[in-house]
Amino acid sequence: MSTYRKYYRPFIGPFDPCSPIQWKSYETPPQLYLGFQPYNLPQNSPKEALRTGTLWPALFAPYPDPYKVSTSEEGEEQN
Amino acid sequence: MWVYEKKLQYPVRVSKCDPMMAKYLIEQYGGADGELAAALRYLNQRYTLPEKVIGLVNDIGTEELSHLEMIATMVYKLTKDATAEQMKEAGLGAHYASHDKALYFNDASGNPFSATYFTAKGDPIADLYEDIAAEEKARATYQWLINMTDDTDLIDSLTFLREREIIHSQRFREAVEIIKDDQSTKKVF
Repeated sequence: MSTYRKYYRPFIGPFDPCSPIQWKSYETPPQLYLGFQPYNLPQNSPKEALRTGTLWPALFAPYPDPYKVSTSEEGEEQN
Repeated sequence: MWVYEKKLQYPVRVSKCDPMMAKYLIEQYGGADGELAAALRYLNQRYTLPEKVIGLVNDIGTEELSHLEMIATMVYKLTKDATAEQMKEAGLGAHYASHDKALYFNDASGNPFSATYFTAKGDPIADLYEDIAAEEKARATYQWLINMTDDTDLIDSLTFLREREIIHSQRFREAVEIIKDDQSTKKVF
């Protein structure tokens, strides 16, 4: 299963004026990986579909705050 | 910085006196899908792309500058010996009135170059997909230009440039594959 957000460590210069962001992230949403959508994928209930914006869980990609997520994960990754 | 080599990436020979072709070729000089737009697009986007693909985008942006030189050479050769009357006949009267034989960044219809021809969205997928689309549009422009001339030497250079668009498109597609890949440090969330 592919992740819908990727992280990388940008180059950090010794003389950067602002305190560096250690990890940067970018979105890689599900449509990048699905190709031609297969038949008979699992479907959301009508209520879920209305709430999420898609009938297909395989195409559902939430967008959590990238700054929040990366800060909370920074510590774990740096060890 | 750049290191300059005082030669063209591929030879440009023009064997037919056809100033009107210069008017069409200028589309690839200062047009929406032209080499200037391509070079500026990539050289500007490279700062905020993931590290793994910056080098690629830098190299392609640089190559676009060498294509810009080739187009400029074609346009220059086609117009340098034209009289004012010939410029008018070639549909370049308005250009001549404003610029004489000087090259100017505009499209084939005379619209001046604009930064709105390209963008930098900051989202790597959006930016790389735009780059792929730009390469395909430039390839198409080369096809239509080739269709409009029977100068075999000019066609030879344009065919080379068209092929480079194909290669660049392939490389940008590979860049998408690279940044789609989960990287070695897995994050769980």
